[in-house]
Amino acid sequence: MDLYEYQGKQLFARFGIPVSEGVVADTPAEARRAAEQIGAMVTVKAQVLVGGRGKAGGIKLAETPEEAERHAAAILGMDIRGHTVRRLWIERSSDIASEYYFSITFDRSAKRPLLMLTTQGGVEIEQVAAETPELLARLHVDPLIGLQPFHARQLLFGAGLPAEQHAQAADIIARAYEAFVETDAMLVEINPLIVTPDGELRALDSKYTVDDNALFRHPDIAEMRDLESLDPQERMARERGVTYVKLDGTIGILGNGAGLVMSTLDVVAQAGGSPANFLDVGGGAQADEIVSAMEVLLSDSKVEAVLFNVFGGITRCDEVARGVLTALDRLDVSIPIVVRLDGTNDVEGRKILADAAPANLVVAETMLGAARQVVELARAAA
Amino acid sequence: MAIVVTAETRLVVQGITGREGSFHASRNRDYGTTLVAGVTPGKGGQEAAGAPVYDTVAEAVRERGANTAMVFVPPRFAADAILESAEAGVETIVCITEGIPAHDMLRVYNHVRPRGITLLGPNCPGALSPGVANVGIIPAQVFAPGRIGLVSRSGTLTYQIGKELADAGLGNSSIVGIGGDPVVGQSFIDVLARFEADPETDLVVMVGEIGGSDEEQAADYIAEHMSTPVVAYIAGFQAPPGKTMGHAGAIISGSSGTAQAKKEALEARGVRVGASPTETARLAAEAFARL
Repeated sequence: MDLYEYQGKQLFARFGIPVSEGVVADTPAEARRAAEQIGAMVTVKAQVLVGGRGKAGGIKLAETPEEAERHAAAILGMDIRGHTVRRLWIERSSDIASEYYFSITFDRSAKRPLLMLTTQGGVEIEQVAAETPELLARLHVDPLIGLQPFHARQLLFGAGLPAEQHAQAADIIARAYEAFVETDAMLVEINPLIVTPDGELRALDSKYTVDDNALFRHPDIAEMRDLESLDPQERMARERGVTYVKLDGTIGILGNGAGLVMSTLDVVAQAGGSPANFLDVGGGAQADEIVSAMEVLLSDSKVEAVLFNVFGGITRCDEVARGVLTALDRLDVSIPIVVRLDGTNDVEGRKILADAAPANLVVAETMLGAARQVVELARAAA
Repeated sequence: MAIVVTAETRLVVQGITGREGSFHASRNRDYGTTLVAGVTPGKGGQEAAGAPVYDTVAEAVRERGANTAMVFVPPRFAADAILESAEAGVETIVCITEGIPAHDMLRVYNHVRPRGITLLGPNCPGALSPGVANVGIIPAQVFAPGRIGLVSRSGTLTYQIGKELADAGLGNSSIVGIGGDPVVGQSFIDVLARFEADPETDLVVMVGEIGGSDEEQAADYIAEHMSTPVVAYIAGFQAPPGKTMGHAGAIISGSSGTAQAKKEALEARGVRVGASPTETARLAAEAFARL
């Protein structure tokens, strides 16, 4: 789960990482009041889960509360790379002497947290890594030992931070590591980590991702999820506990098992179709689960045909077939549906579907055949 | 011979008194796996799936000589269950549980790895050696005994490929699911090395998917260390960046972990990659026929 800048900064503040004073605003009037409350020059910052806000015009300086209100009116509702701005973070503006970069990522290849520090902040870290790798200090921490003072020293000397900043920076590194572990983060990034003209270090931006599988331990963070920002289908899927990802095609796809469904999307694309979604019903052969999944899938009005791809292992295809018929019966589905059953009891399953023979249902035996059929049916329906 | 689960396997099932745990323990036993014990804290002295239940894994190891554990414990208790088996001296741990926090697995991985313990999963279907033993939830009836090793991050997709191989008259030495989470105990390389050393495996089919760089590392390993031919399949070409595709580990982060990059890495190292499960089974059959 990705957090907005202001949410990440709330967590930073909780762990003692210095941040600037700020207030959330959802309307221009709130932005004005926020600026009045702060009582100094402020920065009006669009809260979206995508980079490039500044270039898109989503970050503006305001000398007065009136100016903050005007900027807020312009930024709210703005589209930044497909994300609509619905919330602002009004923050006391900072004087900046230098911009550093610090991050902790969950390095799944090394199976260790990876810490990176450089004095070349404010730009994409990939660019620093590619162009001036000697300026980027990187090290892995053994999670069984945790962050030690020598790790911080290695980073600070490695990145060449001025000695007078070492104590402050080491403290930020230690607190960020604590936040990373305590909140089950997959990413904690401070870019830029600024140095003010007075020599004070502070997090000017935050990128924070928390492991979805650990949210049960962090109910406060789980509540930060912004359901409003989700696509309507994805929101519906989340509410129903359906594993769904929206894509932008016309062929609705569901199946059992993440790998098989990913593979189904690929095979449909190879057959010339465009998948509308990814939907994994899991082991779910029960009619209720299939109905729930189909409802989510069909709520996308772009869907013109559906492919249901099942491989029966422990799940039996005859049970799936009965579930599909119940789902078709309960939902008023008129668009074509191709069902492909393979594996345990597949012959019985196909017979059950063939005997019932709903007019819009096509039974397929192979994955490739099913993909071709659904692509044709979607074309004919378009 | 087979890998990971063999005739020597003596299985203890953690969470054996749960619905799923007892169902799959019974299935594994009925297939011929030597099920020696179950563990559910507080239920010691009972019996489940025809096996004695103990309160701790240590007892199951001491009393029944268990050397392999299958973990069917809910996500928030699963890391503890794996560590319990590791400390009790179990050599092979198969964790079926999906949804374990990634940080828990980071600690578990770094603990069990230097101890030489084979950890499959989490979020995996287990391992099956057709005609020998089955530990996990793989539907054995789909697979035939044979000489092709199968290793995969996915469940049903593997069954699909196994069935297409069976339809082509080919069988498997062992089928190993390494799991769909970001941190799993065994990498492709770990399992490929075992297949390479297995005299009963003549060819390996490797089934990868988006996320991480395990397939890319495997490509180098295959080219440099394997004489056994490998055919691959990668799922997830249509996956958009930044979205978790069902498996917690199936996510393209920025520009890394794409299906295209994995396919290119494998092909650059001379590994043939099928465009679909069907084509992958066909490529495997062709390669097998040339042996």
